[in-house]
Amino acid sequence: MNLIDAIEEGFKKDLGAFNVGDTVKVYVKVVEGDKERIQPFQGVVIGRKGGGTRESFTVRKISFGVGVERVFPVCSPNIDRVELIKQGKVRRAKLYYLRTKKGKAAKIKEKEFSAQ
Amino acid sequence: MTGILGRKLGMTQVFDESGRMFPVTVVEAGPCCVVQIKTKEQDGYEAVKVGFGEMKKEKNVNKAMKGIFRKVGVGLYRLLKEFPMSDLKVGEMITVEKFQKGDVISVSGISKGKGFQGVMKRHNYKGGPASHGSMFYRAPGSIGASSFPSRVWKNKGLPGHMGSEVVTVKNLKIVDVKLEQNLLLILGAVPGSKGTYLEIRKDN
Repeated sequence: MNLIDAIEEGFKKDLGAFNVGDTVKVYVKVVEGDKERIQPFQGVVIGRKGGGTRESFTVRKISFGVGVERVFPVCSPNIDRVELIKQGKVRRAKLYYLRTKKGKAAKIKEKEFSAQ
Repeated sequence: MTGILGRKLGMTQVFDESGRMFPVTVVEAGPCCVVQIKTKEQDGYEAVKVGFGEMKKEKNVNKAMKGIFRKVGVGLYRLLKEFPMSDLKVGEMITVEKFQKGDVISVSGISKGKGFQGVMKRHNYKGGPASHGSMFYRAPGSIGASSFPSRVWKNKGLPGHMGSEVVTVKNLKIVDVKLEQNLLLILGAVPGSKGTYLEIRKDN
């Protein structure tokens, strides 16, 4: 195996299957002082980009009326786990149009038949 | 000073324990064999000549080089360089063990060739405005005064060949050392394309 691939192999991580449009709960490790705790961030996955260890995904949520987006590297050791809440039915790979939508217009249709 | 020769393998990214991401260059460094010791008495300066990149086929080494290697009884190497080091013996191997996580190093190598380039790319000239009827885009402009000096000053930046020259990047940090694979993970970019031979130096 290529030596660079071997290095990347050590960082690879399986977060389970989730797609763009799904609602997920990302459990993020947060360090406060010398204590570590886990903070959830729940929202809609509006895009996945990159491949291999460089892959990342963007989660968007509305927090107190303000849109918040966080980008998570898939292989980051700071991500404890990702929980799939809802599967969404979308026709686009990037849901950047959600940024200009509010309320009902920003709703994503749910998948009727779960892939599981 | 500690020096080692290596070969650039490419770039990737790694995470540390706290989850921070670092862009790193992966360099296959050493093992380098000491081929010759230069001494003050004999050569006028102190240095160690090391070889890197073992050659598998003897027919690919020319006769002169073969003679050098045979005389001291070491293997055949592709690349020979000198470092001002001491306390080494001929035949000894320099490995990545001499480097540690967090060491500050400088890396030299031959940069990627850019061909014949204009002054904007080669010397960071500003060029002219792109629009509003401008007819002066990427030209160098005036290159000097008239009656004095009646010539162009030396070292005036002008178009020409760029790249394929030795470039040194200083103050690079080592993110990780992989002993069994002879790898150094260096924070940031180093000169050259994949496969470029590099000189890695560390001040002790």
